[in-house]
Amino acid sequence: MTTDTTTKDTTPGAPTPGTTVLDARGVTMRFGGLTAVNGVDLTVNSGEIVGLIGPNGAGKTTFFNCLTGLYTPTEGEVRYKDQVLPAKSFKVTAAGIARTFQNIRLFANMTVLENVLVGRHTRTKEGFWSAVLRGPGFHKAEATSRERAMELLEFVGLAEKAGHLARNLPYGEQRKLEIARALASEPGLLLLDEPTAGMNPQETRATEELVFAIRDQGIAVLVIEHDMRFIFNLCDRVAVLVQGEKLIEGDSTTVQGDERVIAAYLGEPLANDPGATEAAEVEAAEAHAQADTTTDTAAGKENDR
Amino acid sequence: MTTQTTEKTPNTPATGAATGLIGIPPHLGRALATGGGLLTIVSTFLAWTWTAAFPGDLTVYGYPGGLQVLVLIGGALTTLFGLSSYGVKGLRWLTPAGADAALRFAALATFATTWYTVLAISLQLGGLVNLEPGAYIAAIVTLTALLGALALPFEHPAPDPIDPDETGWSLAKHRAGHGWQTVKAAFAAGEPGPVRALPSYAEILIIVAVLAVCLTVFTYGIGTEYDELFVGFLITAGFGFAAAHKAGLIRQATQITARHQTITIWGAFVAAALFPFTQTDDQYATIGVYILIFATVALGLNIVVGLAGLLDLGYVAFLGVGAYAAALVSGSPSSPFGVHFPFWAAVLVGAAASLIFGVLIGAPTLRLRGDYLAIVTLGFGEIFRIAVLNMDGTSGPDITNGSNGISAVPDLKILGFDLGARHDILGVTIGRFANYFFLMLIITAVVVLVFRRSSDSRIGRAWVAIREDETAALAMGINGFRVKLIAFAVGAALAGLAGTVQAHVTYTVTPEQYLFAGTTPPNSAFLLAAVVLGGMGTIGGPLLGAALLFLIPNKLQFLGDYQLLAFGLALVLLMRFRPEGLIPNRRRQLEFHDKAEAPAVLGKTGA
Repeated sequence: MTTDTTTKDTTPGAPTPGTTVLDARGVTMRFGGLTAVNGVDLTVNSGEIVGLIGPNGAGKTTFFNCLTGLYTPTEGEVRYKDQVLPAKSFKVTAAGIARTFQNIRLFANMTVLENVLVGRHTRTKEGFWSAVLRGPGFHKAEATSRERAMELLEFVGLAEKAGHLARNLPYGEQRKLEIARALASEPGLLLLDEPTAGMNPQETRATEELVFAIRDQGIAVLVIEHDMRFIFNLCDRVAVLVQGEKLIEGDSTTVQGDERVIAAYLGEPLANDPGATEAAEVEAAEAHAQADTTTDTAAGKENDR
Repeated sequence: MTTQTTEKTPNTPATGAATGLIGIPPHLGRALATGGGLLTIVSTFLAWTWTAAFPGDLTVYGYPGGLQVLVLIGGALTTLFGLSSYGVKGLRWLTPAGADAALRFAALATFATTWYTVLAISLQLGGLVNLEPGAYIAAIVTLTALLGALALPFEHPAPDPIDPDETGWSLAKHRAGHGWQTVKAAFAAGEPGPVRALPSYAEILIIVAVLAVCLTVFTYGIGTEYDELFVGFLITAGFGFAAAHKAGLIRQATQITARHQTITIWGAFVAAALFPFTQTDDQYATIGVYILIFATVALGLNIVVGLAGLLDLGYVAFLGVGAYAAALVSGSPSSPFGVHFPFWAAVLVGAAASLIFGVLIGAPTLRLRGDYLAIVTLGFGEIFRIAVLNMDGTSGPDITNGSNGISAVPDLKILGFDLGARHDILGVTIGRFANYFFLMLIITAVVVLVFRRSSDSRIGRAWVAIREDETAALAMGINGFRVKLIAFAVGAALAGLAGTVQAHVTYTVTPEQYLFAGTTPPNSAFLLAAVVLGGMGTIGGPLLGAALLFLIPNKLQFLGDYQLLAFGLALVLLMRFRPEGLIPNRRRQLEFHDKAEAPAVLGKTGA
């Protein structure tokens, strides 16, 4: 796995020393007897992009949900800017952590602009009476919200589609819209859950640029991703989660070079050089399979009908 | 306005010569349809039957009466659309989306009304002998017009390739499916372009004209004196509306009204306020005020169901709470409190009682989602009714007088204006129910205002977001429970508001008025049906739905016991063919008809 040494990597590897935005200490999450996340520590500093990787089922999303208030950790605590996070997801957002979802969760039947306006919910106050009575304050707040929402759409490149229904956007743009919606809540920390899943290389590249641009606005970013190239290009630090525990944390090179990480992804090599026997076994199995294919395919076709 | 190029999938240009459903040459068909329409008009001036035993006077040569007027309108529509399809100057504006489909529907409307009339005469009077030549002529010319219209060419859909393995039943199904596609294509219409921006006075004049037509149609429908006329009215109005829709007129009118929303809403209220002045008899104002009560409550329910997506099956209880609360404090002799509040105070008491009841029910139940909420609200609706029934002094405290209810609620006097008495305004006598009609109209206006303003605001967006995806809405910082509780409470308070007037209109408030399902609206099932039928999330939808659901059972007394059956059947059909409701929310239209007929771009708000 080679890294593209982009301009970013050549800049001083150490992140600009910022204040600690997110501080998770000993987060443990148990579901009955299953420990999905076990004593994970993670800090994210302002102006930093941190990656979280790990094989499927490693507990990344569970950990994410602990950070966003969807789950309350069984043990440990999560602090955001020195405040312990409340246990309700809407309060977490109000505190300043915004997130996107692994499987896109837009408000499909609202327009692009309305989606972003919903994201502004925590930063506006106008309640029911204000809406019905429509005083000057209401119009002002509404105008500000719309202006800010349009700025964000401009930022992610969706300004022209403000009037479209979210459901009619192509996949890549839906991802962008989800990010814009999250940014609308003016977060100090943005959590991205697999932002490039299902994207082609160009779109991935564009997302990368977008995340850098978000970082440049001073927003800390925590990314879960499977795309290694993407994550090693992007992140200042990468933490690896395996079977609910944090294996290692460090910059791209450290993590990529670590044998345990490779082992976690590719499996351990067997103790006594297994090459020859293994190969023979495989060959035999293949030959056996070949013999079966003729009958199998015929049977398969029958079943297809 | 960013217009998208409408993707009209070109239906197989390879099929070659477009033909009609019937093998008559198209030019002949067009002539037949137009001429048939013209002759239909003439035929309505003839006598259709010899005796006045059939209601409405159809025995007179020289002017049309009763059902003939409807046929005359249908014939006129057919002729106009026919002429427009020839490209006659000055009539082309009638059919911005192409005249052929409109012509078909107009011909169908005329045909159906005429043949319904002819059959009704012969069945009721016992045989075809009761028909005068005029009726035969009308029947024949309308049939000719219809056949002519059906012969007009249209784009046939490409037949699905037939799988050679298909046999028997599945093949027949396949063929039938294709036949149905063809028929659908025959009645399909093109997409009208956006309306040119006219000077605003002209657009306002158009809005006034549209509202005048609506008021006329509505007044005529309410005023129909016998079953046959009402059925004829439904047939003509239904197909006529379809014809106008296919002609693209409705779409264009919608565009114009969307540009002047505020004016349209004001205009609609003025038109509604004019309704009592068109009536000579308080009888129809009675229907009017009941429709308004029903429609207002349905509109309140639309906030809960249409915007916030909370399925409330016990909504009528809030109307009941408001009505009981107002009745109890309005000086009724059967009220144990013996107080007589002025109207404004009674209104506040009613709305506040409903609001509190709404919060009490909502607080524990709104943590549930979907089906569970529906079941719990259904239960609470019944609990209200039974509780009220039992508070009669024997089974419980003596408050509501049990099944006898609170009776003899006195008429209102507002600022010295006695709503129970007749008044002469502008030379028109305005009776008791007309007075209440005006009062109720104000309440409706309040509900419309609340609906409109709240839906286009932070709270309204939060409601829709909760409906769309609750988890994502929570992750966006929306306090789901609080926002849902507000929707529930607002809906309850609005229903209570309507209830305060209802208590005075009906004199008596009894538990039996607030059932889950019954034959007379409003009840929870009918309220929900009015919302779904009319169109969720819109203002016009529940109003129209409520009007239809009130008028149809009220007018078609002969349906009797089959009324609910027919009603259920109609709902099933509607949900099959127009799931977004009669007046669709643009959003919901997009949801159900992915690309075909809906615009891809919404306006600035879209609510």
